[in-house]
Amino acid sequence: MIFKVLKPGLFTTVQDLGRHGYLEFGVPVSGAMDHFSLAVANLLVENDPNSACLETTLAGPELQALKKTEIAITGGECSPKINDQNVPMWKTLSIQKDDAICFGKMEKGCRAYMSIRGGISTPKILGSRSTYVRGSFGGINGRPLRSRDVIKGFDVSPLEVEYEMPSEMAPQFPDNLVVNVILGPQVDMFTEKGIETFLSSQYTVTLEADRMGYRLEGPNIEHKAKADIISDALLPGAIQVPKNGKPILIMRDAQTTGGYPKIAVVTCPDLDLVGQAKPNIRIEFAKVTIRQAHEKLQAYTKLLNTLSLTFKRKT
Amino acid sequence: MYATPRYLPFGDCALLVEFGDTISPEVNRRVIALNETIAHAKILGAKETVPTYRSLLIRYDPLETTYDRLVFQVRDIEQKSKKPSLEAVVGKVVTIPVVYGGKYGPDLSFVAQYHRLTEQQVVKLHSDREYRVYMLGFVAGFPYLGEVAEEIATPRLETPRLKVPAGSVGIAEKQTGIYPCDAPGGWRIIGRTPLMLFNAHKQPPAFLKPGETVKFKPISEDEYEIFSEEGKQR
Repeated sequence: MIFKVLKPGLFTTVQDLGRHGYLEFGVPVSGAMDHFSLAVANLLVENDPNSACLETTLAGPELQALKKTEIAITGGECSPKINDQNVPMWKTLSIQKDDAICFGKMEKGCRAYMSIRGGISTPKILGSRSTYVRGSFGGINGRPLRSRDVIKGFDVSPLEVEYEMPSEMAPQFPDNLVVNVILGPQVDMFTEKGIETFLSSQYTVTLEADRMGYRLEGPNIEHKAKADIISDALLPGAIQVPKNGKPILIMRDAQTTGGYPKIAVVTCPDLDLVGQAKPNIRIEFAKVTIRQAHEKLQAYTKLLNTLSLTFKRKT
Repeated sequence: MYATPRYLPFGDCALLVEFGDTISPEVNRRVIALNETIAHAKILGAKETVPTYRSLLIRYDPLETTYDRLVFQVRDIEQKSKKPSLEAVVGKVVTIPVVYGGKYGPDLSFVAQYHRLTEQQVVKLHSDREYRVYMLGFVAGFPYLGEVAEEIATPRLETPRLKVPAGSVGIAEKQTGIYPCDAPGGWRIIGRTPLMLFNAHKQPPAFLKPGETVKFKPISEDEYEIFSEEGKQR
């Protein structure tokens, strides 16, 4: 037992990098809304990048340490404190027994990640520790944290060194996002004007935004004729446009099939940025080719690999 | 059904192979056949597949393959594979016990009145035929089954229910389906099965698989209770 939950925060769940291989059974991928921040939080305490962390939403939890450990806090800018003292993000933090950890106002971004040395040890369900609240499984009994929950972790040796992510390498979470997309698979159901509107307008994240998806507000995207398709597969990042012309961004906990045409799909690295968008953030969509997207994905993976090699016990 | 399948990009990590834009056993058979071939083909970089009514999604790792190479390999496999004939590949038939009507099927009387039938006639029409499992989706383990007899095809509720109990069997137009867990929904609920259609702690987690055939067997409320008890002990 590593932490006791004093206050759960707005919506705090256990997440890793997701539940893969079960889409055909209708099981969503789930996992961190911002993969990069979760992976770095893990690397800063010498965990596997896929170890389970806490994901906070806007208002973080208050926790009390039950033993000595190390943690790291990454993601949205949330002024974390240990025993009422401000502590840096993107850095290994030593925790003593009885230390109190709390999170301040989320200034930039929407979600923060707290890794624990060794990783959170809730049982793996279908290969992942990620919480899927709608299906009531994963994490702590398939639900967000509650007061008096106890967070358990694996027993591992303490860290001998502390790490810090160079601040220029930490992602930025601006209020105006430009997000790369690949057009399709049903882009041919939209008029040229509709596609032009989609690629040249700003869309605002509405209050209807959660781990399943975001409804966006902005200029209507015009369909050629019908706005329904025979239901087919959905993946996180897909942008569905129902009859009203307002796009819906599909996120990590979304259902695996849907009946609205998808005008485009957000690229994997940029989905992390979308995962940090809170209501009122404005999003513009920029078209890229598959080749360009794969180059960016290679750069993203390379950066994580470099960090992984940098944050390794120097023995 | 398209003359040749369409190969469409789905973001930077997936390929969509579309066989048609209708709900039909012919189209779905092609989807399931390609899915099974790919499962055995061990294509480099292909990670998982999602068969649906009329298309197959293939998720891949762009660090292991390219989009063009994947399209080439899948097209090659698709063209070489024999087209499944109408009679062939009838998946295994799974019997699903259902208690119809009453508190378990609150919309049975509506469906009957809507079509000027008796409740017994609706039950007979629903349980007399075999249904194809076209795909799983909506919530984990939810099977989209088709197609019900024209005489009992019924539109969805105007206002969906906030909570449909697990096991509920519903009709939406010509589709029928089973809710694996409590979920909001607008399908007309005509009965309930004591079977557990999804269990995250089991492997595989879903009771049904796309391509299989389902038949409903009417049972009494007493039998339902016995089944439920047995289910809990399993």
